[in-house]
Amino acid sequence: MRSLLRLYRFLRPYRVRAAVALMLLLVMVTADLVIPHLTQRVIDQGIVPKNLYVIITTALYMVGAAILSASVALINNYLSVSVAMGFAADLRSALMRKVQSFSFANLDTLQTGKLIVRSTSDVNMVQVVVMLSLRILTRAPIWAVGAIVLLIFTSPRLALIMAVAVPLIVVLVWFFARKARTMFLLMQQRLDRLNIVLQENLAGMRVVKAFVRTAHEMARFGEANEELMNRTIQASQLMAVFIPFMLLILNLAIVSAVWIGGRMATAGQMTVGEVVAAINYLSFALFPILMLAGMLGPLAAADASARRILEVLDAEPEVGKPRQAATFAHPKGRIVFENVSFSYRGNSTEPVLSDVSFSAEPGETVAILGATGSGKSTLIHLIPRFYDVTSGRITFDGIDVRDLDIHLLRSAIGVALQEAVLFSGTVRDNIRYGQAAATDEEVMAAARAAQADEFIAELPKGYDTVIGQRGVTLSGGQRQRIAIARALLVKPKVLILDDSTSALDIETEVRLQEALDRLIADSKNATTRFIVAQRISTVLLADRILLLDQGRINAVGTHRQLLASNTMYRDIYRSQLGEPPDGEAGDHG
Amino acid sequence: MADGQTRQSAPVTMTGTPGPGGTGGPQGRTIERPKDVRGALRRLMHYLRPHRGGLVVIALIAALGTALALAAPYLLGRAIDQLAKGNLRALLLPVLLMAAAYVLSAVAQLIQGILTVRVSQKAMRTLRSDLFNHMETLSLRFFDARAQGELMSRLTNDMDAISQVLTNNAAQLFTGVLTLVGILFVIFILSPWLALGSMVAFPLMIGLVGTVGRKTRNVFRSYQARLGALNAVLEETYSGQRIVLAFGQEESVLTHFDRANEEVRLTGVRAMTLALVVMPMMGILSNLNIAILCGLGGWLAIRGAVSIGTIAAFISYSRRFAEPLRQLGNLYNQVQRALAGAERIFEILDTIPSQSDVPQAVELSRVSGEVKLEHVTFSYVPGVPVLKDISVHARSGERIALVGHTGAGKTTLVNLLSRFYDIDEGRILFGGIDIRTVSRDSLRRQLGVVLQQSFFFSESVLENIRYGRLTATDEEVVSAARLAHADGFTRRLPQGYNTILSERGASLSEGQRQLLSIARAVLADPAILILDEATSSVDTRTELSIQKALNELMRGRTSFVIAHRLSTISGADQVIVIEKGRLMEQGTHEELLAREGVYHRLYHSQFRNQAKEAS
Repeated sequence: MRSLLRLYRFLRPYRVRAAVALMLLLVMVTADLVIPHLTQRVIDQGIVPKNLYVIITTALYMVGAAILSASVALINNYLSVSVAMGFAADLRSALMRKVQSFSFANLDTLQTGKLIVRSTSDVNMVQVVVMLSLRILTRAPIWAVGAIVLLIFTSPRLALIMAVAVPLIVVLVWFFARKARTMFLLMQQRLDRLNIVLQENLAGMRVVKAFVRTAHEMARFGEANEELMNRTIQASQLMAVFIPFMLLILNLAIVSAVWIGGRMATAGQMTVGEVVAAINYLSFALFPILMLAGMLGPLAAADASARRILEVLDAEPEVGKPRQAATFAHPKGRIVFENVSFSYRGNSTEPVLSDVSFSAEPGETVAILGATGSGKSTLIHLIPRFYDVTSGRITFDGIDVRDLDIHLLRSAIGVALQEAVLFSGTVRDNIRYGQAAATDEEVMAAARAAQADEFIAELPKGYDTVIGQRGVTLSGGQRQRIAIARALLVKPKVLILDDSTSALDIETEVRLQEALDRLIADSKNATTRFIVAQRISTVLLADRILLLDQGRINAVGTHRQLLASNTMYRDIYRSQLGEPPDGEAGDHG
Repeated sequence: MADGQTRQSAPVTMTGTPGPGGTGGPQGRTIERPKDVRGALRRLMHYLRPHRGGLVVIALIAALGTALALAAPYLLGRAIDQLAKGNLRALLLPVLLMAAAYVLSAVAQLIQGILTVRVSQKAMRTLRSDLFNHMETLSLRFFDARAQGELMSRLTNDMDAISQVLTNNAAQLFTGVLTLVGILFVIFILSPWLALGSMVAFPLMIGLVGTVGRKTRNVFRSYQARLGALNAVLEETYSGQRIVLAFGQEESVLTHFDRANEEVRLTGVRAMTLALVVMPMMGILSNLNIAILCGLGGWLAIRGAVSIGTIAAFISYSRRFAEPLRQLGNLYNQVQRALAGAERIFEILDTIPSQSDVPQAVELSRVSGEVKLEHVTFSYVPGVPVLKDISVHARSGERIALVGHTGAGKTTLVNLLSRFYDIDEGRILFGGIDIRTVSRDSLRRQLGVVLQQSFFFSESVLENIRYGRLTATDEEVVSAARLAHADGFTRRLPQGYNTILSERGASLSEGQRQLLSIARAVLADPAILILDEATSSVDTRTELSIQKALNELMRGRTSFVIAHRLSTISGADQVIVIEKGRLMEQGTHEELLAREGVYHRLYHSQFRNQAKEAS
């Protein structure tokens, strides 16, 4: 329960309302408990002495108590719901604000799926428990205690039944809860297994069909399915035994109350009304305990949810605030890496980048080439501080990027990432994402440069076509081009294309590069370009090619220099384009 | 092809977890309605039919249990009457009967619970199997049209909803109705006058559950809509968080989010408060009923028309009346949701496996490798041909390179060879036999496929290679791996060949994954090979291994290669240039270059940059 309690601070703004809700619970329980007492009065002072007046007035008291209890309950409900809803909204908001402060490193560990689950179902679990606490969870013990007190008051002898029933129930609950946990865990494992088989078959349908393995997969699923069924039956049977068992204890307690009460009544130690009231008190006392037992599940689940929520809230944003918040009036885009090393946190043994040094002058195009996993993407992600360097430093116009105002830094950089994420909305909105105030002309110019205007014009509503979940589906290449247009629109001083043309065919890519060249030549202030690429044809024209090999710079130079001097570059060239032409015979066109 | 598929991890829900007492309460999901309640119900019943016997027993036991549970308050009344008379000896019998009734009803409940779990879980297993087995027979068109993550979450959530209803709610519904009818029956027998008095409160209860229920559903629908909107904001923001950061849009995201969040809070308070109104109202009516029973009952008791015990029994019955009523109100939404889910599942079950084999389909025996495409035309959507009038002749053992832009139709062409889709016009012949006349399975056994994105199952390396031929011995698997240059790194894995691969093969590099999928194809030993060359570059040493392994694999087999590398293209026997679904040019690399057509242009687009740089 520790994690749940740590979330208490989110309840603090609502503590007055919560306190009032709890006070009302007391009133409610009192009103509820008065009714058995009044029943006793009807029997002992009304029916037995045949006093109609007492019967009528007592019945009216009962109506009063019922109305009081219900109206108090209504207010309590409203208060607890508003507390719980406010709490949940605040919690979601805290999560969202926390995520906004995350670096890419945080996002690597807490991926989209996890974040969504934490903000939706986990918050919901905790919210349910908050609401329950203010209504039932707290009411049940008060109820039980009140009923026990009244029971002792009515008949101490009958109260002794509680001394037997309560420990019995507690032991049983403890026993079943322990057993249930392991069984549900086993069941969950089988369910996961089944889901994996299902997921694999959905993802690998082509492989299954190509290798004619349908029968094999059916058998695999059948096995997992059978096991899941067996585990589910086992776990559910436990619950099927548990609930009648608990109810039986409650009912047998009542039966023994009737018998013991009966003996006392015939001996003249108790009135009939007292016996009836005592029976009612007894069920009032035991029922809440059963209710609490039923709450253990949601409570444990909520605690697990709280732990997951705290995992997000406790995460340290790896990119801190700037050390001195320097600003620049007119950024130029000169980027210098000075002995930069980088390793992901918790993986200090294997640096992703080691001792990388180079500089990029304003207007230059720097291409980064290397095998998958050589650190290409990481390298350029360090410039906008998606990650912070482990050692060394990166300067932007001579200022360490860690000293710059992070928004200022990022607004000077345009980025198109490998996975072209677009948001639901119109094409225009997506291109304008980084600069909402851009004019239509600017949007179209950016789209033209990104080689996107042609296909956008062919979309049903052109720039106003809605894309995303409920709209038109775009191909990977189309999405990439919109993402590039989006990056161009902010008129960045530094443009980063992180393998963002991989889905374009070579002709389109060449046109795009040429358009970028023109665009950059047009603008008064030059743009420094960083291109990460898999295809050698993408990097041919760069002013400088950085050849990365396992986090180190293997070589730097132009295409011709590298082709002449570097074996690794030649190998890559050969595997993609065939035998390299020797010397000046590089001219094919 | 569909690129950039979003793979969402569906929040896994438990299947058929009967929570203690049922969590109940409206929260979370959208309230859905099935289109055809009766149809869905009937088909769901079909899955219970094999357990008819069990169901009858369950119903009988449930009826017995309910009757026993209802007998107890009556006996309580009798006991109190004896007690009021001061007759201890006569008290013993009702008390013992009461104890017996409780014990027996607990036993009945227990048996009923266990049997219900068994029957429902067996039915669920059959339903899951049917669905899975059916999906395996569906054509790729079905999967092309659906996002994988969505399909997955639908399957798990819908199954979960059905399982809940079968395991918990169906029995609740049955015993609930039985209890209500039983109570009405008993109280009218006990004392018609007092029963009529109670009737003042009972209809109010029923009416209340009905009207509040209806109101609640409306408010809830708007709450769910807001919740859906908020979830959409969350999902989009979190999945695009890197872009949000890169473009410094944190502030605008928060404004957007705050608005959605606040709306959820406001509608949520309204919906939940209204939903919870039922509880105190039921409470008030239940207590009101007790007041009526005490007042009216007291008056009747003075006149000797009823006994104190009867009043006590009535009070007990009236408490029992409220609970099933409230449950029935909650059940409505659960059942609706389950039926809507069942409808979607049946929809999949009703999808016809698009092309079944022709009746006289023959088993294709080992082919020579000669492949002929004659005027092949194909469209995914009728009227929008993706491939038009394609004719290709590959002689046994030839290497055919397919070249063209993304989306030109290369992948579609090779998919037609495996009959993942059937062609609209023309013919495809393997060694002179039309592939539509043979069984699909025997056809696919002739083909080996190495896809660009290698896919593995979460099993050992050994089993994953063996996927190529299930009957292969361990030695054969290892020698296939050796041939594919996959033996070395596999042995260096923590558990060697027994290392379990995760779905994305996280422990392997991309190049190693390619080598493993080549090994799988080697083991399958197909006559015809389909290769989708990887575009991404892996490290040079692995690249070299891959080239060697592929050459090894292609030796003596007819191969169709979707080529991205010039080296592959120039080594091919035939280069097929496809543009916008049409075969533009065909010939060897040199022939096509000399023709100075489409291929020439395509080829030089890769070198244009270089030319410029050189000048």
